[in-house]
Formats: sequence, structure tokens, C-alpha cells
Amino acid sequence: MNNIIIYYSIATLGTTSVIIALLLSFAAKKFKVESDPRKDLLVSVLPGANCGACGYPGCEQYAEAILTKDEVLTLCKPGGPEVSKKIAQILGKEVEVSSQRMVAVVLCAGGSRTKDEFIYNGIKKCSVANKFYEGQKLCKYGCLGFGDCVEVCPFDAIHINKYGVAEVDPVKCTGCGLCVKACPKNIIKLVPCNYQIHILCSSKDKGVKVRQICSVGCISCGICVKSCPVNDIELKENLALMKYDKCNNCGICVEKCPTKCIVDVTRVIA
Amino acid sequence: MKNSTLIAIFISSIFVNNIILMRFIGLCSFFGVSNKLSSALGMSAAVFFVMNLSAVVSWLLYNFVLVPLNLEFLKIIVFILVIASLVQLVELFMKKNIPALFKALGIYLPLITTNCAILAVSFFIVDYKYNLLQTLVFSSGTAIGYTIAIILFSSIRERLELAPLPNAVKGYGIVFITAALMSLSFMGLVGLFGF
Repeated sequence: MNNIIIYYSIATLGTTSVIIALLLSFAAKKFKVESDPRKDLLVSVLPGANCGACGYPGCEQYAEAILTKDEVLTLCKPGGPEVSKKIAQILGKEVEVSSQRMVAVVLCAGGSRTKDEFIYNGIKKCSVANKFYEGQKLCKYGCLGFGDCVEVCPFDAIHINKYGVAEVDPVKCTGCGLCVKACPKNIIKLVPCNYQIHILCSSKDKGVKVRQICSVGCISCGICVKSCPVNDIELKENLALMKYDKCNNCGICVEKCPTKCIVDVTRVIA
Repeated sequence: MKNSTLIAIFISSIFVNNIILMRFIGLCSFFGVSNKLSSALGMSAAVFFVMNLSAVVSWLLYNFVLVPLNLEFLKIIVFILVIASLVQLVELFMKKNIPALFKALGIYLPLITTNCAILAVSFFIVDYKYNLLQTLVFSSGTAIGYTIAIILFSSIRERLELAPLPNAVKGYGIVFITAALMSLSFMGLVGLFGF
């Protein structure tokens, strides 16, 4: 056999590989992306849930923004004040934190206890059903029960309960606010975690109509307003609203409500 | 018979011999990236760039190094070397200059490396004995054909996400069925330009 072909093959492949290797090492130096060592520290301190509550798609992007764009240090709501303090420590800065933990609450208790206007056979998402005559229930303010909020919660803190209404587990909830944005009826609210009594209705319909279509709706009778010892409930647009200001969880309104739409959340979960 | 003018090569590589839907080459990246239209667009841009560049470099290496030295049998190794290093270069460049696209494509860039579509183009250039201009036209056309196929497909897939489907075909079941139907429709173009 002609040995020259072996020499030629070795030479060709060898030269090609060496040229390519030189090219790649040159490119690696030229296109090197400097990564701040503090970024890894920050990422390890952040919860790592990539929930998006801070406004960035993930914890890594928030860490990047903190280092490069001097972003606000307190945006991580699931992490809370402890994480904000740790971030400040890493960066050698001071940070003001409010240690009030927020939880979400769904202000509706209807579900199967509210009458349907029609049978809905469309795509089973709240955002879609809401576009169709504002949903399949007769109450146009209430929870539709298809679980857009359940799908978006990264902490498994919200579920559809036995009445077909979304319910938040205040133990698991971190107050990130993703369910608040996901609800097309805007009936999920963020409240400080120490308030355990909630008025589970968002219906602005008159009391007569509410009584016809929902067995647990607020009929704006005003009994809770009168019986509250610290005056923390007000009536507005045919709906009783808690101000979440002075409530001491005494529970008097829970007993006095004729339709039982005011609920003590701790008792429900436990 | 087979028309070898530039326009014929161009049109046939886009539609008649569409690399995905007619030749069934390079399917892994096709199915992997097409779940969102945005990543499909990014992927097709990367494929266009890599395919053209590697086709030209492969042609140069083949005709000026391998053929004069009677080393045609080395074409497989040499082409793979060239493609792998080109993809590495593209990856480095994107990581520095277009980090958003790099994050979106991340895992799929190595897929282009082992993507037989790029290697297939290099082999076709050798088989059909194209000159440099025909090579450029052929690789551009193939990349455009890939782009058309993946954009059409990702648009369909975005709609399939919301469609009410039987549980048995949900996910990749209906995806493959859809791709097969698309391929059937492209088969109607067989015979154009004698291809």
C-alpha cells in the first residue's frame, strides 16, 4: 500500500484540528463573559423558586439585575425580609424592610352554592370563560373555579375546594402575588397574615338579587358593620368590606352574619 | 431531466426537497424547539448562519485539500470537525452579544452540532458536485426551507396547546401526526423542476 496517503491523512486532520483549536481558544478569550462571583452567592441566598414575583423571569435574572442595574433589594416577596437582609449583607449595603408577611385570600365562597346561568362547554380556563358573558355563573363577580390561580402558584398554596371555589392555604402562601394577577375577576387580594377573618364575597349586586342566586353571598344587611367592636367593616356598593386596619380577630361578625359569608380562615384550614 | 440552474436549486431545496418534511433529516431540533414561535425563529436564524458557513467551509476544504490529496474518504471526519467548531463559535458569540437568545436556545445549540441537517447539506454538496455559487444557493435554500417548516409548525403547535384532544394523543402524539400531515401536503410538490 502507498504509505503516503496515511501521512497525508494525518497531516490534513492534524493541521485542521490545530487551526480550529487555535481559532476556538482565541474566540473563547475574545468573547469571554465576565461573571461576578457575588452572583452565585446571591443565587444561593434567593429561594430559587423562579416564581417571577420580583418581576424577573427567575432568581438568576433578579441577581443579575441587582448586580448590574442596582435593582431594589426588597423585591423578593417569597423570601421576605430575611432574604432582603442577606442580599444587603452580600452587597455590603443597608436595607429597610417591613417584616409584615402578606398572604393571599380569595374573596368568594360561592362555587357550587351559586346558581349557573348556562352550561359552559368551552376551554376550561377562567380567563377564557370570563370573556364569554363574564362567566357561566349568575353572579358576575364570583370565582369561576377553573383554576387559573392554581396553575400559576409556584408554592402549591391555592387549590379548588369542595365547593368549586379557589381557596388559599395561608401556611404555604408566601404572598408573591402571582394568583392576584392571574384572576380575571380580580377577587384575590393580598392581606397581612395576622388578619384571619375575611368577608368571602365580592358581589356588588343588590341584596335581593344576591339572595336569589347565591346562598352564601353578602346581602349588605349591615349587621357586621354594627356589631364590629373596632369598626373595621364598612358597607360600599352593596358589599361589606373589611378595612384590615384594626381587626383583632374577635369573630363576632362571623357569628352574626346571616348568610355565613364571613369566615375565620384558621378554623377552615384546621 | 434534473434542472441544475440556480433558481431550480433554490426553489427545490426550499419546497420540493424540504430538508425536514421531505428528506426527514434534522427532526430532533425541529420537534424540540418548535413549541414556541419565538424560540423557533431564533433556532432558524442560528441554523441559517451555521448551515451556510459550514457548507462553504466544507466545500473549500473538500475541493482544495481533500480532493487534491486523494483523501475523499476523510470527508465525514473533516465535515464533523468543521461543523462542531462552527457551532462552538456561534455559541460563544451569542453568549456575549445576544444573551437573551442564548438563554432561549441554550440546550438546542449543541443539538445543531449533531444535527444531521447540517452534515447532510455538506454531503449533498459533495454528491451533486456543486460549484461554490451553487453550494451557497443550495445551503441558503435548505436553511430557508427549514425556517418555513419550523415556523409553520410552531404556529400550529401553539394552537394545539389549547385544543381539546383525547388523552391518548396529547403532547407528542398529536405533534407527530401533525408533522406527518404537513409532510403529506409538501409531497404534492414532487416533480417540480424534474426533482
